[in-house]
Amino acid sequence: MVRVSINGREYSVHQGSTMVQAMWYTGHEVIHGVGCLGGVCGACATVYRIEGDFRLRNALACQTLVSEGMSFSMLDSYPIQRAHYDVAALTDPKEELFNYYPESATCRNCNACTEVCPQGIDVRDSVWRANFGDFKAVADMTFSCVMCGLCVSRCIAEMAPHEIALYARRSYGAKELPFPPNLRHRLDEIHSGTFTGDLKRLESLSPDELKKECEVRS
Amino acid sequence: MADLVESFYANTPAFDDSPPSSLSPEDRSRLLSSYYPDYRPEGKATLKVGPNKGTVVPQELADVLESRSRLPSPRHLPDHPDHDVDILILGGGGAGITAALFAAKEGRSVLLATKLRVGDSNTVMAEGGIQTALGEDDSPVVHFRDTFRGGHGANDPSLLSVLVSEGPEMIEWLVSRGILFDRDPQGGLSLRKGGGTSKPRLISAKDYTGLELIRVLKEDVVNAPVEILEFSPAIELIAGPEGSCAGAVLYDLDSRRYIYVKAKSVILATGGAGRLHLAGFATSNHFGATADGLTMAYRMGIPLVHPESFQFHPTGVLFPSEMAGMLITEAVRGAGARMYNRLGKRFVNELETRDVVASAIIRECAEGRGVKTPQGASGVYLDLVSIDRDSGEGTVERRFPNIVKLMKRHHVDPTKKPILVYPTLHYQNGGIRIDARTRTTVSHLLVAGEASGGLHGTNRLMGNSLLELFVFGRRAGLEAAEQSLHRPAFSWKETSLSHLDRFEKELTSAFPATERPMAPVLFPDYRRKES
Repeated sequence: MVRVSINGREYSVHQGSTMVQAMWYTGHEVIHGVGCLGGVCGACATVYRIEGDFRLRNALACQTLVSEGMSFSMLDSYPIQRAHYDVAALTDPKEELFNYYPESATCRNCNACTEVCPQGIDVRDSVWRANFGDFKAVADMTFSCVMCGLCVSRCIAEMAPHEIALYARRSYGAKELPFPPNLRHRLDEIHSGTFTGDLKRLESLSPDELKKECEVRS
Repeated sequence: MADLVESFYANTPAFDDSPPSSLSPEDRSRLLSSYYPDYRPEGKATLKVGPNKGTVVPQELADVLESRSRLPSPRHLPDHPDHDVDILILGGGGAGITAALFAAKEGRSVLLATKLRVGDSNTVMAEGGIQTALGEDDSPVVHFRDTFRGGHGANDPSLLSVLVSEGPEMIEWLVSRGILFDRDPQGGLSLRKGGGTSKPRLISAKDYTGLELIRVLKEDVVNAPVEILEFSPAIELIAGPEGSCAGAVLYDLDSRRYIYVKAKSVILATGGAGRLHLAGFATSNHFGATADGLTMAYRMGIPLVHPESFQFHPTGVLFPSEMAGMLITEAVRGAGARMYNRLGKRFVNELETRDVVASAIIRECAEGRGVKTPQGASGVYLDLVSIDRDSGEGTVERRFPNIVKLMKRHHVDPTKKPILVYPTLHYQNGGIRIDARTRTTVSHLLVAGEASGGLHGTNRLMGNSLLELFVFGRRAGLEAAEQSLHRPAFSWKETSLSHLDRFEKELTSAFPATERPMAPVLFPDYRRKES
């Protein structure tokens, strides 16, 4: 067993449990702060300290094991400003970034966002690359972002780096990357009815005929 | 914890790479009937009440289908509804969001209510990809045949035909919204191989496919003219004139009050059932996957199709135990990962369909060839190291960064060590019976996504569920928009919860001596338990 403090109250919990499991074990009903329990939904951003260490740390509670003297509280939701835009209607996304997120240009390079990111993303660099219009680089470096918003909680320029990265990734995908030729080709075939007859025929077969027909791997 | 992991791996045998013997169709059916949980008699119950009376289903599912309402009797609706909308969408995963976006575009008033936050769903957890036939030697017809064969011929051909022919259009839509799928050197969408398919057909966003989809579509739905109620799961459907559906009762998890919604059309997109932990299996599902939609629809008398059929994904993490149930995508096997038993031998072709591979793992463990964890559970090795050996150093890291990140957090580096796995409850193959327009036997109630049934037969192929969300999510949204336009006006006074009284009366006569459990259960309760 290890000694932990949850929301300021002390408990004894099993070693090897995650923070969320420790909350369940001690009878907490966790609703805000739980989602996928698999480290991708970003619902369980948590702030913690270890006894004897002044550092304030952050983690995803479903992914982080408790340890002796750990004191933690969940950060269920962090208020953010989100841009209202339609990615299809953007005409010059790199310029428009500064209309939607003017604060992105005010990064003071403190690097707190990078240090706090539970996914290990170089968040500070991604903000600068967005500012300089290198959206491809932003897409590559922020692809594992789970939108937990911990970067927002630490930003001294009060921006939302994860939203800026989302904007950059989407703009890159919708506006910069060419439309995939293999998809274009298949869509053309479908629209000209290439497969309609075959599919209609399959649909019209009796269950047994259809089974026989599909048994053979083409 | 690092010590425990190290001592566990100290006993790893040398792996023998010789291929396993191949299976005849008879071998496959024998394997399935002997080991696959769907076909085992243990832990089952025969439904005594409702439209699927007589069907044998897992006990845990029977407990929620044959259950009492959370609303105590006598039940009354308030004088006025709290919301009056054209379209009410229950569920905020991939299908619900897609339906909302397409319905809102038609100019209808849309309310989307969901149990947790928008996007908290099984969709966001999808790793491997979306199946869509884009290869030169592939076609929607081949996709149809593979899926029908994989589903043991129990698929509804009319749903399947819609899936394969509208799939590519939905991928076009996703690309236009800025979803970043992996590309090949020519700029086309990269196609990967999944189990049970004859062609490479999976398009993916590394192993973050669901996350990438939800991040983008969540932003779109939040920015769309859609009213969103989070932390407000539906607990009952409301009946309207002539046995139709006319809205739903939501439960506000924060204020603990009921919210009454009147709607011209209701779309159920409430997802699956993994958190019921059928037969005691761990699950890869999100926290809210408790078969709520099935429960509510069943009380309204809507038949379920293949309610006995579930997908136990072959490769859920078994060790370290705090990660139990977490999925390792099938795409790793498509890329060349291999499985070994305690003796270091391969025991099944890793690209058989999911049910066959899962059965083979269960067999190995049942016959003593499983690897024991310090907690006494048994599993088999899933070795990704062979991927790097076959396709070059760094392939695993590049294609499966999420798996590498998650496992390394728990002191297992999958580029160096095998992952211990055992089947995990992953997907509800069946569900509420729908037609190709997503309609049910109750008018103005539509269903899309995992809550619906028929499309996948009794075994789903990888990547078909993500495709289903978009194809049938859009269909549901557009169908609801159309229906709500033409539905004759009706008043709140014509609505009722009388179907609940009817159902509970049947329940009392079928189970005279016992108090039935209450459902929807909304969440599993893991509190105050040892593990």
